[in-house]
Amino acid sequence: MSLVSYPFDASMFNQNRKKIRRELLADGSKRLHKKIAVLGGSTTNDIVKSLEVFLLDNGIEPEFYQSEYNRFWQDAMFENPELREFAPDIIYIHTSYRNIASQLPGPSLDEDGVDALFKSVFEHYRKMWEQLKAVYKCPVIQNNFELPPYRLMGNRDCYDKAGAVSFISRLNAEFANYASSGNGFYINDINYVSASVGLDKWHDEKAWCMFKYCCAVDVIPYLAFNLSHIIKSLFGKNKKVLALDLDNTLWGGVVGDDGVEGIEIGEETAAAECFKGFQQYVKKQKDIGIMLTVASKNDHENAIAGLEHPEGVLRPDDFIVIKANWETKDRNLAATASEMDLGIDSFVFADDNPTERALVSKSLPGVAVPAMDSPDEYIRTIDKNGYFEVTNFSADDIKRNDMYKANVKRAEHLTEFTDYTEYLLSLDMHAEILPFAPVYIQRITQLTNKSNQFNLTTKRYTQTEIEQAASDGKHITLYGKLRDSFGDNGVVSVVIGAISGEICDIELWLMSCRVLKKNMEYAMLDTLVDECKARGLNRLKGHYFPTAKNSMVKNLFADFGFEKTGEDGSGNTEWDLDLANYEPKNNVIKVNDGGNENG
Amino acid sequence: MAEGINERLNEVFRDVFDDESINVTRDTTADDIDDWDSLEHIRLVTAVEREFGVKFTMREVSAMKNVGEMIDIIAARGTK
Repeated sequence: MSLVSYPFDASMFNQNRKKIRRELLADGSKRLHKKIAVLGGSTTNDIVKSLEVFLLDNGIEPEFYQSEYNRFWQDAMFENPELREFAPDIIYIHTSYRNIASQLPGPSLDEDGVDALFKSVFEHYRKMWEQLKAVYKCPVIQNNFELPPYRLMGNRDCYDKAGAVSFISRLNAEFANYASSGNGFYINDINYVSASVGLDKWHDEKAWCMFKYCCAVDVIPYLAFNLSHIIKSLFGKNKKVLALDLDNTLWGGVVGDDGVEGIEIGEETAAAECFKGFQQYVKKQKDIGIMLTVASKNDHENAIAGLEHPEGVLRPDDFIVIKANWETKDRNLAATASEMDLGIDSFVFADDNPTERALVSKSLPGVAVPAMDSPDEYIRTIDKNGYFEVTNFSADDIKRNDMYKANVKRAEHLTEFTDYTEYLLSLDMHAEILPFAPVYIQRITQLTNKSNQFNLTTKRYTQTEIEQAASDGKHITLYGKLRDSFGDNGVVSVVIGAISGEICDIELWLMSCRVLKKNMEYAMLDTLVDECKARGLNRLKGHYFPTAKNSMVKNLFADFGFEKTGEDGSGNTEWDLDLANYEPKNNVIKVNDGGNENG
Repeated sequence: MAEGINERLNEVFRDVFDDESINVTRDTTADDIDDWDSLEHIRLVTAVEREFGVKFTMREVSAMKNVGEMIDIIAARGTK
């Protein structure tokens, strides 16, 4: 059993935490370095240490700042040189029931009194969030509150306004309300986590009285695991694809042996109902932009027949790639990843067969492989691992399946052409390339945090930084949307250049791999050059910082006609382009011709 | 009985402090193990409780001076 993914044994996790950490640090993988400030209303030591392990497992190497015990508010509200110096990428406020226990109303307080108290408690927190956002300009994650360990009035506690259960529920609703307006504020839902592990297990007077932990030591890993999902999602470490086996994963039985009539899916038997529930859950993943594929050992026609079962929920059309053949699953997954232009570490592989899972884990270590041991636990096993944690949700997420499917169609269309330029022209491409607009800020931020391959500097931005670049007059910002006859790809490219004298220094240049080889990068460059000239700038400066994933753009600036002006020992290169004799490079995409609206 | 407890306890210590060279005796105290501070004490105590299926009282957690006292409490409870 894995000690770092659900279902894990929290006490074994605690006992072996140092060893797990040591092994993760020694596995040779490259990780993002991120600074996390933890402002605690109770002891945070074990929370930070557990969080560190889960983040290491998700490709992030955190560095922590911890407030002194219960100094979260002071740390946030007053001048704090130490925290400023630390310059957090994320601030996490770890407060709990224990921090409001002494302020909760009692039955003697009348309704106006409760309302006044509610307002003062909420304002206390709200002011702190506003202050943190203003000073540190980074995402803030705030715990909501778990329900109390006892109920003075019993069941009435949940509907009497002066009841603790009622008051806490109301606070949670107000926290949620604040979070739903966005702006880099996120809730770590410990109300859900504590319910999930059980309040009696969560509340531990001994841990509180002796060590000032807000919850039992053995539930801390669940809290930290849940928190790690938000953080890794914000830093672009979410999974994107759910690759599914078919027989005994999406239905009961083996379609090749039992025939379509023989497989269990629908409402006929208990097992059939269970598989149907799982298919419904899988289908809903598409609504949050998760892409579905099949990796099954089957004849293709049998697989399709199974997916067309009248009682089934998923249809062949729901999948972007269906690999139903007799090739090994690791090879099929690798092939799927390359067809979709995605890294293998974007994949979750769901298969009931432990041998297949072991093979994939061993040969493709980046793939997440949940322990799908029992159909009645499938949903929980995937859900609790938080692979697809949604932090920022953009309209493009909803459309992503269609976009990738259109890509597969484009690939088929390509085979009809012998001349590639003719193919590109036949796509009838229209681009909108303009300075950052508010409606796209969220999508732009998201792209800067998850694009790894076609990304020259891999610089990550918070939403606030993107907004600043868009409005401070010291930057040229461009987003690029691309539409063609097969569909709209949405925002696929982002460029940010810093203006310095007569030079534009390209800080960020990224493009989604879904529009590779469409000459979109040329269209972006043409527009950037126009923008520079309009401002009287005469040179472009470029940088390429190599990472494990971005070798595809190593020679992009050379291809653009830049001259290399420097290279250091780690392969970082610097480039320069004189704009005087620049010739436009794109001749296949129509830019800003209005043809992209409502396409 | 105490022999068996000692061995199992030693394994827990090795896991918690991630140090295979640890060999606890009845006289071992927090001063003998580098990482055994007040912050790590709770993780150790919780792991010991789990291993032996016992719960220490608050008084016991604060009063334990060495491994011997821990062993005596475990033995007195009758372990699983």
